[in-house]
Amino acid sequence: MPWDEALVDQVGKKKSPEGEGGRVITYIEALNEALLLAMERDPSVFLLGQGVDDPGAMFGVTRDLQKKFGRERVLDTPLSEEAMTGTCVGAAMSGMRPVYFHNRPDFLLLTFNQLVNHASKIHFMDNGLSRVPMVVWSAIGRGWGSGAQHSQSLQGLLLSVPGLRIVMPSTPADAKGLMLSSIEDNNPVLIFEHRWLMKRKGTVPEGYYTIPFGKGVYRRTGTDLTVVGTSHAIDLAIEAIDSLKDQGISADVIDLRTLKPMDEPIILESLKKTGKLLVVDTGWTMGGASAEIIAVAVEKGFSSLKAAPVRIGLPDVPTPAGYTLEQFYYPTSGKIAEAARTLILRKG
Amino acid sequence: MVSGLFSEGRIRLIKYPYQGPGWGPWMDRIKTYNPDFLLRLYHDMLRIRRIEESIESRYHEDQMKTPIHLVIGMEASSVGSCAALNIRDSLYCGHRTHGQYLAKGGDLKRMMAEFFCRSTGCVGSRGGSMHLLDKSVGMEGSSAIVGGAVPIAVGTALAVQMKKENRIVALYLGDAATEEGVVWESLNFAALKKLPIVFVCENNFFSVCSPLETRQPPGVEITKKAESFGVKSELVDGINVLDVYEATRRAREWALSGQGPYFIETRSYRWRGHGGAGDDSHTGYRDPEEVKAWQALCPVQSFGSILLSRGILTPEKIATMEESIKAEFEEAFQFGLTSPDPVEADLYRHVYSD
Repeated sequence: MPWDEALVDQVGKKKSPEGEGGRVITYIEALNEALLLAMERDPSVFLLGQGVDDPGAMFGVTRDLQKKFGRERVLDTPLSEEAMTGTCVGAAMSGMRPVYFHNRPDFLLLTFNQLVNHASKIHFMDNGLSRVPMVVWSAIGRGWGSGAQHSQSLQGLLLSVPGLRIVMPSTPADAKGLMLSSIEDNNPVLIFEHRWLMKRKGTVPEGYYTIPFGKGVYRRTGTDLTVVGTSHAIDLAIEAIDSLKDQGISADVIDLRTLKPMDEPIILESLKKTGKLLVVDTGWTMGGASAEIIAVAVEKGFSSLKAAPVRIGLPDVPTPAGYTLEQFYYPTSGKIAEAARTLILRKG
Repeated sequence: MVSGLFSEGRIRLIKYPYQGPGWGPWMDRIKTYNPDFLLRLYHDMLRIRRIEESIESRYHEDQMKTPIHLVIGMEASSVGSCAALNIRDSLYCGHRTHGQYLAKGGDLKRMMAEFFCRSTGCVGSRGGSMHLLDKSVGMEGSSAIVGGAVPIAVGTALAVQMKKENRIVALYLGDAATEEGVVWESLNFAALKKLPIVFVCENNFFSVCSPLETRQPPGVEITKKAESFGVKSELVDGINVLDVYEATRRAREWALSGQGPYFIETRSYRWRGHGGAGDDSHTGYRDPEEVKAWQALCPVQSFGSILLSRGILTPEKIATMEESIKAEFEEAFQFGLTSPDPVEADLYRHVYSD
């Protein structure tokens, strides 16, 4: 799909690399490097998924890894998503560290029995006698007609399941570090990447490093507003807040990086300063990640709030496939900027 | 089902008759076996029978606050297959766990403690009767979601293969699990990778109260379906402990030698209801005559009779076994009953692994 590639390319080039100095590589290269390092370091790490060794190589993320590590450690699979997820669970319980790739989170819906009924609770049900160190990776789609079944952001559906971790990076450096943390972790970890971030370039440290779960970071600091989110949504929010600089508006922009565990202290710390909260998310607002973030703010930071929190995510509607309808569906940096301005002007 | 079938002067209906070869073929061959081994098989079956009956007889006291799924009538399937396994072989099963847990060597005290919801239970009261495990003997666990443990067992077999370990995985599933798509996905992958795994499908003709005929087309054998996936398959008499043992031995050798998965279907009958104590045939989903017909073919007693007729087993030996099983159960029962309950802080342990 040339249109698809052109669009991701265009998004990739829109911004200059984040971070100062050091080596600049793409998001995809950063992920590929993380996998290479993890596999070199630990022979129990293996990759699987339909197409991990095909010419597309999971958008390039698994490129050349089969050449280096062989078919046993980088294996193409039958489609059988539920069985393959269960296979990861059993392999993980038996000393391996599988990393299972899906092009799109939509396919995770076929695996919920294994993710929710098994992977997430076996450590608990087995009274700590088993552990399930596995990573499930997928990339959220948007645009070029992906539609209702190829573009879903499902983090909200899984947020309430104890025993899971949910990772949603936004920069190449975080994508690498969080992939390494996820592989190293002894629990089932879901990584939701975003297709539109994948050609983004950024400063990425060389060598092996990990990023702790549950530690958000300030992407921007300011005084008028706190913006909280992850992944592509926080990327759009940065663009929005930067566009308001001329109007004398500044905001804390917090990239949570992982939704589960969630860095509650950083949200509450910023709210003490700004008193106003705007939450952005790539998923549906109804019962989603944005609902949970606002619940944290209201429940634990009520006295800091100077106005009702606002959230920007997806309406309670499936994703339309067509280009025109899609424009009405997805939030843009313009919409986020408008919401931020309105919220800042609001008095309680 | 025709109405009035169970009224006075009714037609007696045995939908699922015994179709196995019986003990005839064993009359001579049994001599080739070590008597001690035969006694062990008998003892292990008798032990499961008596433990199940004892659990059943105390269940109404409501001290064991856990669902139970008794294996009475199916002992030969558990004992015969587990006798062919090595202690290092991993075993996974479904919700009907008691037979496999005990046959694989799981600790009885910790099983009873789990039934009593105590902190000393095999999983500290987090699993209950549908989630028994004892990792020290390769009893890796079970899933209460039908078919749920199947791909997990396949994953363990993949790990065994990747690490080049000299052992296999045994996976137990019921006839109804073969109605779950994931079972065939798993079998396909196991066959594709020639994984060292033995599937033991325990066909007892019922899923809760739903008979096989309402769930699967008649005349389509489960083993034939498995075979069509390129998996070596075999139908075996599930009430004949030696038939099950020999089939599992063949299966284990096959899987261990790198030839891939092996699928065994054992046919035996669940004497009791799906869950809880007692037979529930009176509710109308099966004819009590069918239960009686299978009870006449008791896997423990029929094997015992042969051993008695050969002088391998004696009434004295049976009495000694009965006595030791009774004492063992009493001790385990008391252990469970008197063990400490978990405390609130236990609830929050082991949600995440360090």
